[in-house]
Order: sequence, then structure tokens, then C-alpha cells
Amino acid sequence: MDVTFYIAASVAILATVMMITRMNAVHALLYLIVSLLAVAIVFYTLGAPFIAALEVIVYAGAIMVLFVFVVMMLNLGKQTIATERSWLTPAMWIGPCLLAAILIAEVAYMLSQAGPVQSRAAFVGPKEVSMALFGPYLIGVELASMLLLGAIVGAYHLARPKLERLETRYVINSDGTRVAAGGNTVRAGAHRPAGEA
Amino acid sequence: MLLAGILFALGLIGLLVRRNLIFMLMSLEVMLNAAGVAFVAAGSRWEQPDGQIMFIFILAVAAAEVSVGLALFLQLFRQYNSLDADAASLMRG
Repeated sequence: MDVTFYIAASVAILATVMMITRMNAVHALLYLIVSLLAVAIVFYTLGAPFIAALEVIVYAGAIMVLFVFVVMMLNLGKQTIATERSWLTPAMWIGPCLLAAILIAEVAYMLSQAGPVQSRAAFVGPKEVSMALFGPYLIGVELASMLLLGAIVGAYHLARPKLERLETRYVINSDGTRVAAGGNTVRAGAHRPAGEA
Repeated sequence: MLLAGILFALGLIGLLVRRNLIFMLMSLEVMLNAAGVAFVAAGSRWEQPDGQIMFIFILAVAAAEVSVGLALFLQLFRQYNSLDADAASLMRG
């Protein structure tokens, strides 16, 4: 398992270097995904298969999809299709595909080995992890859930397009009209056009 | 351990060198990931599950940070029409 660890580690470092030196955000994202997959294989060779699965699903799956969506949203325009076509030229995806092929070969080699992994490090399975996670670390789980809730609300609030305030659209419910109506709140909205709720 | 150090250094270099906000956030991801590698390696060295639990927490923090950060970038992009970090250095609202 030593050789697989070093191969995956060098693939991770190589992909990260390529990620930093790219000029285009989408190309950099491709290399970043390859780097995360390589780190997942490093976790597997370190004897943490549960964390390896989480890395692929959450990091390379969910977080990177978020990145891709935002990068695409920031490039909205008439020429979007043309730019997208120019991003995915064959010369660009050969690099990440090559690195990913190395990783797939490694996974196939590890799967072909009969029996459980003979890793050089200790094997800590999902059972031990979850026993500890919901035992002494329960308060941490609760804190993480609160953090994620705050992140959801914050992200929604920040990314929402600015709404026009209703009071500035119809000048009905503002303090000015209330004064003009002599403090009579019933008459304050009398000049509102009919048929509007 | 060496891998974690190298990845962390690469993320730091990326954070310092690039001025595009998307790249800076990606470099932050790499740095968080390197910290996770260090935790998992230490956990497997001492045969304890604590390292993997710390990695799960790092994962949650990274997800929250990315969602809020990307939402902030959307607002910045609407306001300044660029993703240059120096464009937002005035902070006048």
C-alpha cells in the first residue's frame, strides 16, 4: 500500500500546482476536483475508508458543484455558449483526464487485491468513527448543525437580488402620507389605485 | 504529514498570489483539505477515530464557508462587475 499512497500523493500535489497556475476558473476547477479525488485515495490508503467516501461525496460532489454553478452564473451573457465551447477544448481536458486515469488504475489495483486492505497504517472503520462521533463528540455535531443552519440563512440572504421596497413603490403606507391624512390611518391609503391588493 | 504540509503551502501560495476571488476561495479549500489530511494521518498513526471526526467537522465548516463566500461573491459581482479582490478594498457599502 506504500506505493499507492505515494502515487496518489504526487497526483494530488501535481493537480494542485496545475490548479494554482491556471488562468481560467473552469480549468482550475477541473484540476481541483482531481486533487480532491487523489486525496480521497490517500485517505483510503491511510485506513480511513469512511472519510474517503465522504471526501468524494461531499467535497468533490457537493462543494465543487456549488463552485461550478457560481462560475457559470458569473459568466451569464449572450456569448456564454461560445465561451463554454472554447473552455472545453480537447487540449484542456486531457490533463485532468490523464491524472484521473492514474487514480482509476490505482483503485482497480486495490480492488483486485483479494481480501481487506493491508494498509501500512491502522484501519479505523466507520463503526468506531460513528461510535465516537455520537458519543463524546455529540456537542460538536450539534454545533456543526447550527453552523450549517446559519450558513443556509446567510447564503440565502446575501445572494438574494435586491428587492424594491413596497413603501417606495406605492407611496401609501409611509409616514408622509400618514401625516398628510391628518393621522387618520384609514384615509391614508385612499388614493391607492383600485384593484391593487 | 509531508503531503499535508506541501498541500497547505500550495494553498497559501495560491491565496497570496492570485487576485481573483474564486481562486482565493479555491486555495482556501485546498488549505482546509490539507488540515484534514494532517488530522486523518495523525488519527491513523495513533489508531484513534478522533482524527476522522475532526475531518468531518472540517468538512461541515468548509461547506458553510463556501456557501456564504460564494453568495458574497455574487453580491460583489453585481456591485462592481468584477471579481478582483482589490476592487472591494474600499468597503464603503
